[in-house]
Amino acid sequence: MLEPVKDPTGAPFWEYAARGELRVQACADCGELRFPPRPCCPHCQSFASEWRPVSGHGRVWSYVVPHPPLLPDYAAQAPYNVVVVELAEAPRIRLVGNLVRAAGAPLNSLDPRRIRIGARVHVVFSDGLPQWVLS
Amino acid sequence: MTLKDATAIVGIGRTPFAKQLVEDERTLACRAVLAALDDAGIAPAEVDALASYTMEETDEVELAKSVGLGDLTFFSKVGYGGGGSCATVAHLAGAIAAGQATVGVAWRSRKRGSGPRPWTNTAVQLPTPAQWTRPFGLLRPADEIAMLTRRYMHEYGATRDHLFNVALACRNRANQNPAAMMYDRPLTREMYMTSRWISEPLCLFDNCLETDGALACVIVSRERARDCAKAPVYVHSAAQGLPAQHHGMVNYWNDDPLTGPAWTAARHLWKHADFTPQDVDVAQIYDAFTALVPLSLEGYGFCGRGEGGAFTEQGALEIGGRLPINTGGGGLSEAYVHGFNLIDEGVRQLRGTSTAQVPDATTCLVTAGEGVPTSALLLTNRS
Repeated sequence: MLEPVKDPTGAPFWEYAARGELRVQACADCGELRFPPRPCCPHCQSFASEWRPVSGHGRVWSYVVPHPPLLPDYAAQAPYNVVVVELAEAPRIRLVGNLVRAAGAPLNSLDPRRIRIGARVHVVFSDGLPQWVLS
Repeated sequence: MTLKDATAIVGIGRTPFAKQLVEDERTLACRAVLAALDDAGIAPAEVDALASYTMEETDEVELAKSVGLGDLTFFSKVGYGGGGSCATVAHLAGAIAAGQATVGVAWRSRKRGSGPRPWTNTAVQLPTPAQWTRPFGLLRPADEIAMLTRRYMHEYGATRDHLFNVALACRNRANQNPAAMMYDRPLTREMYMTSRWISEPLCLFDNCLETDGALACVIVSRERARDCAKAPVYVHSAAQGLPAQHHGMVNYWNDDPLTGPAWTAARHLWKHADFTPQDVDVAQIYDAFTALVPLSLEGYGFCGRGEGGAFTEQGALEIGGRLPINTGGGGLSEAYVHGFNLIDEGVRQLRGTSTAQVPDATTCLVTAGEGVPTSALLLTNRS
């Protein structure tokens, strides 16, 4: 499976995830949340940022079900789902992930027919990666 | 100074299209460029400007030295894969109109049919921002666009039949075009609806071809164009588009992910044009995936927001319909060479030499990849 290749700006996201925390970068001056992490704020141009905890609740904004050809580790689990989740506190902050039966379950553990746009989900963590389960 | 009709495309050239060609990309590039110059009646030594894509493997030095170009005073490469197709012509048009060059050649040579699929390269494909998508199995362009497609279908009621209408129009035109990879392969609704998935909601026939091939075109000033072998096709208007807060093919991270780069390019394109979407006789719309066509129809102003799916109904995209598109077969059914064949076909329509000719066509819209920083051209044979 592909590991996230981290950059200095995004590294805190993964450090918090490794501790089981979902945090989103926010401007330390104007407070605006932003994702993906970036060096400065597109609203006020401040370089000061902080990592704000979020509830981990959200809704499915869209989803796909990939089929082969895929990279081998992913082909072995296909068809699986990939979802985009919009966060309850900030619907414009959307995270890509997988909807699974329970933390640590494989990408194909949930029948894709159970997925709906708008479904309520919440975050769980497995090996430092956020995953999503139906609420 | 304005770009409007200041320059013209006077030569087009291409190699055969196939799943596998024997010659390498550099040789194919040379063949396409020399064919385009021959079509224009211009000697290689007269070329002083080049433009291509950042993904193009044959660089200016190799091409110029191989085919015997003259002293180059302008050369440019445009990023974002298929989003750069029309921008290559736009950059040359700007350079020639500004007096930086006199004869420009744009080209693309690619062995995507027999070469590797870029998304299989895990060594270079995991920079920022792929850390936010690839680990979760969102691996390929098809997956990234399928995500936007599902949301689009959900918000506006677009259906798989609408996407089929796009695939069918392209296939029908390819069936008229002996140079198309799908020339002798008709498509039916049953084939489409029962084909294998690539990334739900996109099936096999929603995805473009994988092609080996190369194309080129020659751009000169309108004055010079009068002396060329073929009737000029004027660059009436040209635009690039990178919207505020846009995020490439994974455009999930702004207020309105379904308002893509087409909208930004279109505003500039129409601002500088003497005609409107209603006056466009034929369009070549970038079709790496069927869903890009309804999104582009909306962005370029052929219908309202959310109406792109319904626009495809009742044969609207076929010859004789409201807006015939991709009359050579497009990326879905002629060849996928990062959209350069759409430019080539736009010129053919305005010369009156297409294999699926729209009668008396005088205006053509050509677009580059939607869903990435893009570009577009309005072409005309009247000036």
